[in-house]
Amino acid sequence: MIGQRAPRQFPFMLAILTALVTLFMLIPMALSITAGLVNNYSQGLASGLTTRWLEQVWEGYGDTLVWSLTIASLCALITIVVGVPCAYALARTQARWARLFEELLTLPVAVPGLATGLALILVYGQFRSFRQSFLFILVGHVVFTLPFVVRTVSSAFANRELIALEEAARTLGAGFTRRLLGVLIPAVMPAIIASALMVFTLSVGEFNLTWMLHTPLTRTLPVGLADSYASMRIEVGSAYTLIFFIVVLPLLWALQAIANEVQKRYGT
Amino acid sequence: MPVVVIFFAFWLLPMAWLVALPAQKGWSTYFAIFTHPKYWLSLMNTVGLSLLVTAFTLALGGAVGIFLARYKFVGRGALLSLLTLPLSFPGVIIGFFMILLGGRQGLIADLSEALGAGRLTLAYGFTGLFLAYLYFSLPRSIATYTAAAEKMDLALEEAAKTMGATRYAIMRDVWIPELAPTTFACAAIVFATSMGAFGTAFTLATKFEVLPITIYTEFTNYANFALAASLSMALGLVTWLVMYVARRYTDSAPVAV
Amino acid sequence: MELERTSVQILQCAKTYPDGTQGLLPSSLDVHPGEVLALLGPSGCGKTTLLRLIAGLETVDSGGIIRFGPQEVTDVPVERRQIGMVFQHYALFPQMTVQANIGYGLRIRGTSEQQLKQTVGELIDLVQLKGLEHKRPAELSGGQRQRVALARAVAVRPKVLLLDEPLTALDAKLKVTLRDELADLLRRLGITTIHVTHDQQEALAIADRLAVMRSGKIIQVGEGEALYRNPKHMFVAEFLGRINRLQRTPQDIVHHTVNIAQVPVRCPPGPWPELFVRPEDIELKPYDRQQPAATITQRTFLGDRIHYRLEVVGQGALTAEAHRDSPYLVGDRVSFTIAPEHFMPCENDE
Repeated sequence: MIGQRAPRQFPFMLAILTALVTLFMLIPMALSITAGLVNNYSQGLASGLTTRWLEQVWEGYGDTLVWSLTIASLCALITIVVGVPCAYALARTQARWARLFEELLTLPVAVPGLATGLALILVYGQFRSFRQSFLFILVGHVVFTLPFVVRTVSSAFANRELIALEEAARTLGAGFTRRLLGVLIPAVMPAIIASALMVFTLSVGEFNLTWMLHTPLTRTLPVGLADSYASMRIEVGSAYTLIFFIVVLPLLWALQAIANEVQKRYGT
Repeated sequence: MPVVVIFFAFWLLPMAWLVALPAQKGWSTYFAIFTHPKYWLSLMNTVGLSLLVTAFTLALGGAVGIFLARYKFVGRGALLSLLTLPLSFPGVIIGFFMILLGGRQGLIADLSEALGAGRLTLAYGFTGLFLAYLYFSLPRSIATYTAAAEKMDLALEEAAKTMGATRYAIMRDVWIPELAPTTFACAAIVFATSMGAFGTAFTLATKFEVLPITIYTEFTNYANFALAASLSMALGLVTWLVMYVARRYTDSAPVAV
Repeated sequence: MELERTSVQILQCAKTYPDGTQGLLPSSLDVHPGEVLALLGPSGCGKTTLLRLIAGLETVDSGGIIRFGPQEVTDVPVERRQIGMVFQHYALFPQMTVQANIGYGLRIRGTSEQQLKQTVGELIDLVQLKGLEHKRPAELSGGQRQRVALARAVAVRPKVLLLDEPLTALDAKLKVTLRDELADLLRRLGITTIHVTHDQQEALAIADRLAVMRSGKIIQVGEGEALYRNPKHMFVAEFLGRINRLQRTPQDIVHHTVNIAQVPVRCPPGPWPELFVRPEDIELKPYDRQQPAATITQRTFLGDRIHYRLEVVGQGALTAEAHRDSPYLVGDRVSFTIAPEHFMPCENDE
């Protein structure tokens, strides 16, 4: 990775492609935003702007937002608490079963969320109260996102310089807890934060798995969205989507910014 | 610390076990995907769609990635953020986008009507599905390629130019090999995501049936649990296989140009 | 700083890794109290493995024993072995200041704040880092970091000090300066030190004794000068300097000579089919019919000395070293002499 010198000719082909792609990506977003704010979609902007769709959505689906955020936060917390020690163990052991375990770990990612949901229902479906609670969905999310945390943090732990640091601490007499708090965690903090953020994002947007597991009483945001697209007017669906944009996206950006700050403070 | 590892095994192992369990209700159901033309078609549809989407995503994503990595202009950062935004969207939203764009009341319908070609609705057919899948795959490839393109060694390209290489030759002999590992990794993820995508197809409810929809239908409409399980396994297997191969390839020694 | 001196005993220690590779074959070594011993050899020879076994960062294959003085430490975990270790890239805690780094080990042991400050202060003076106490490692130069690493390792009064290629990460000029400082410091501290390196100059300058290793085995142990002048194995001779190989015929052996350019040259009696001689022991002279002769095929001026490549009939190409003002040029026909005591016999251990 060298020179900041850009090649001399301006590649028009690439620029045009980029422009087209950008249009393709941005137009639908713009469309959906306006659609949620106009009185009547088929008449378009001519029908005037309104917030009544937004209000309608909030009344009917507002709780889904709360649930999605709650589950996402819990999911991030649980996966970190469980995943980090696991990642450490994997990064330090050289045993063969550990490698096998790592392979297994990638399964929930490859297996479609649908199948995971299916499996969970078939096995745990009998436990009524469990099945019908949000806990069920949380469990699904955790299973699905744990591999991300373990992989990311594990490769951070396996960093050569970190290994040397830990060995240096050991030669000076530091026991495990002291090393964990003083050397290891600070060093992998960026990875932990990054993966927590990823888990949060994945959980908020998770649909395939959640759709299988949900009941009308336990709906998350994406599930609510699907509901509204199928059964409601376009304006309502758009307004709902707009709420998603307004609430979730700034949240994600804020989290990203926090993550970057932490990275700057702890990064080597 | 092994304690935690075991704890996790209690999650994953039962999960793997219980995916296998239902299918044991009838051995022949394991192979249902091969024996029933309907399911086979569904699988082929999904594979075909995923391959097509992957190919386009790689090509377009690569082009945009290289462009963005090299030309720093005002607002580039913002553009990149916007383009990778859809990564956080649930698939259903993207299905919805396609409806807005190409549905009966969609933008394209409006445009085509204005051009006198009648109301063109492509959202509910293969085209709509394809575009939707492209929509959620592009952000990932753009993000990956932009990061990889920044690390590309300009010296290689300049050396090629001094030897008289044309633009196509540079693309073929420098860019593609250099970005090969990235391409493989990205292709694997895009393919896997396309194979398992459910929400988007669900929202669009197209006649072109993809396997996840088939599985869902079997499960909810016909309560064919064993069959649904076996189809899921087939889907999971194919996806896992592709990712495994890609991982092996990228983990091995870097390709010598 | 007065410290008690511990001997280190290694008995039949070997190391096999989980994937099957043998890092070290069963080896034994005795390190005298207070001495500096260098483990010298090319990469992959097992020297770092041996060092890590002594440190306790790797476990010895069963059957091996390690002792520090009278105490057996084979099963003692690294945290309790009371060693000090300097790593190749120093492994300084990036978030801590120089002071905090050096005092880390003491703090763990619960040393009183006052005692800690005093000891750290003494060490900072000892390694000449005064004024840099509050800097972070990222703000220090390579040489400064190395000194912090050393001070940190020594602060806890270890029984054994272990250095893993301490000078390898530095550039050439700095290496030489620091080498002498390090040698001096180690002499003053008097801690039993084991030092790993692949650079024979470094080993000769710093250590009291050298253990030359190859392919997981210790080949020869001894004082640097003794090893240089009387290597018992060809590998040792080649590793510690350069050598020329001279072939002998059976007649040579009978007559106690070696035939160089058809001139028999006296050498010590002995049955060896090959003799070795160091380039600096080949003395060049103007051409003389009665002395062995050679043609100069290459001349390299290295500042303080000149390297010559000589083409010698019957013996092939030899390397000779002469002082800076040597007058001979490429193409010249010269003669040379070799004093009999400079011929080295070696066992060929292939």
